[in-house]
Amino acid sequence: MNKLDNQVIIDRLQSVFNDRVRFLGEPHGLLAIETESADILELLAFVKNDEMLRLNYLTDITAVHYPNQNKQYAIVYHLHNLFQNIRIRIKVFVGGEQPTVPSATSLWSGANWMERETYDFFGIHFEGHPDLRRILNMDDLGVFPMRKEYPLEDPNRIDKKDFYFGR
Amino acid sequence: MSNRITKITPNSPVFFDNDPQDELITLNLGPTHPATHGVFQNVLQIDGERIVSGVSTIGYIHRAFEKIAEHRPFYQITTLTDRLNYCSSPINNMGWHMTVEKLLDIEIPKRVQYMRVIVMELARIADHIICNGILGVDTGAFSGFLYVMQEREFIYEIFEEICGARLTTNIGRIGGFERDFNEVAFDKIREFLKRYPPVLSEFEELFVRNRIFIERTSGVAAVTPEQALDYCWSGPILRATGVDYDVRVTAPYCSYEEFEFDVPVGTNGDVYDRFMVRNAEMWQSMRIIQQALEKIEKEPKGIFHADVPDFYLPPKEQVFNNMEALIYHFKIVMGEWDTPKSEVYHSVEGANGELGFYLIHDGGRTPYRLHFRRPSFINYQMFAPMSSGMLISDAIINMSSLNVIAGELDA
Repeated sequence: MNKLDNQVIIDRLQSVFNDRVRFLGEPHGLLAIETESADILELLAFVKNDEMLRLNYLTDITAVHYPNQNKQYAIVYHLHNLFQNIRIRIKVFVGGEQPTVPSATSLWSGANWMERETYDFFGIHFEGHPDLRRILNMDDLGVFPMRKEYPLEDPNRIDKKDFYFGR
Repeated sequence: MSNRITKITPNSPVFFDNDPQDELITLNLGPTHPATHGVFQNVLQIDGERIVSGVSTIGYIHRAFEKIAEHRPFYQITTLTDRLNYCSSPINNMGWHMTVEKLLDIEIPKRVQYMRVIVMELARIADHIICNGILGVDTGAFSGFLYVMQEREFIYEIFEEICGARLTTNIGRIGGFERDFNEVAFDKIREFLKRYPPVLSEFEELFVRNRIFIERTSGVAAVTPEQALDYCWSGPILRATGVDYDVRVTAPYCSYEEFEFDVPVGTNGDVYDRFMVRNAEMWQSMRIIQQALEKIEKEPKGIFHADVPDFYLPPKEQVFNNMEALIYHFKIVMGEWDTPKSEVYHSVEGANGELGFYLIHDGGRTPYRLHFRRPSFINYQMFAPMSSGMLISDAIINMSSLNVIAGELDA
């Protein structure tokens, strides 16, 4: 079996997906790639089942909110090849009133709660999810609390503003 | 194996209670049921003693750690990680420190790494003591729990000696430890290595070949490796199914690659195997601690943190007497440090699985985003689906063998 490294993964993905995947770099050795929400399910299924990549362990699904971007939300998947200990990070940027990505529950049953948590905190809709309900917050919360516009502390409090620290 | 799970039903909230002919009862197991050891609610539909279907409701002690973390400098987040898996807080603390050190590219001296290994393995033993002891209680054997609980108390005494706290330890700092282990701590660790093996042997004698225990646990909630990986399990319960995934071996941190230890795996993935895997891991942890003590002997004495004045607080006496130390102190406390913009994922082998930290940093005083990959959260989601068809008493011991900690589940 050939030793898998980031370059091999890049070549392999490039040969199949061409320009449908973009490479975001490898901070601290962990390869990060980006794709579109239309392609994410195909990409996940490919890297999971491909004989060469075998990134078949879903470590985590989460999201990040970038309020200043056009596509405000990044859904981040961490996958792991347990045979050769290679991880990759796949990002999908989505925006709009109702950010939507296809659900990965058809590939991993464990994605169920990870996606529910992401929905609960960011309001990302996972299309095809069997049971997309809030999970940690109460059902009638009404907001998605991990979005950046949702304040944690009293917004009138100014003694912690960066301004006072010369920034 | 009559109880092997053949079909996993989805975790669906819909109960049909409109058939007058059936005799199904809806039962709320929890959120404050004493048998569930924590705040867990499961709404079960039962037919006599047998569970037909169930739904887990979680989030009762959700404390918004990820949101709070976006508003706290790095060193204040350590206390949040304490409260994830509070049965083994030092592992969480160390995992967080290592995540930040990875972000900042801090090289940790060998001696500090070995000290961390000792602390983490002690925490692992303490966690497994709880889980296996409670599993004994749930199957009706109380005495084993009391024997090992005394040793957990001794581990907490060691923690107390090292950092002053027992449960929510806040142990260590970014870059190392807040102080060196004192001689009493080393003596107690050595004493622990002497006094714990006979206790653990006795504990194993009580259970391992005990017919009642075997009949209560063997074959109960057996999970295949495929199901376990499909549900993204990690930790001892995954290894009980036969998958040898241990972060300490797969992606060694803290110089774990220098240690000689085995990764115990099971074959059936049932409650009995999980119990056996945890017991075996305690023996391995003691091997690791023994080796770490020997390795520390060979390292230069008195080193307990990396030389990173930008991130590691200077000693208090110097802060009051030395201008430079005062400046560093001020800069660190006010979060005035130069930190790179980057993304880090770091994971450690927590007591019940892969505990991951996904940190996105934009160079500010606080993380831009911090996500905890919490093994309890991910392991627990199979509980309700796998319970269907099970007896209630089996579901209870299944839950205690999963070792789900409510603090980590709900974050």
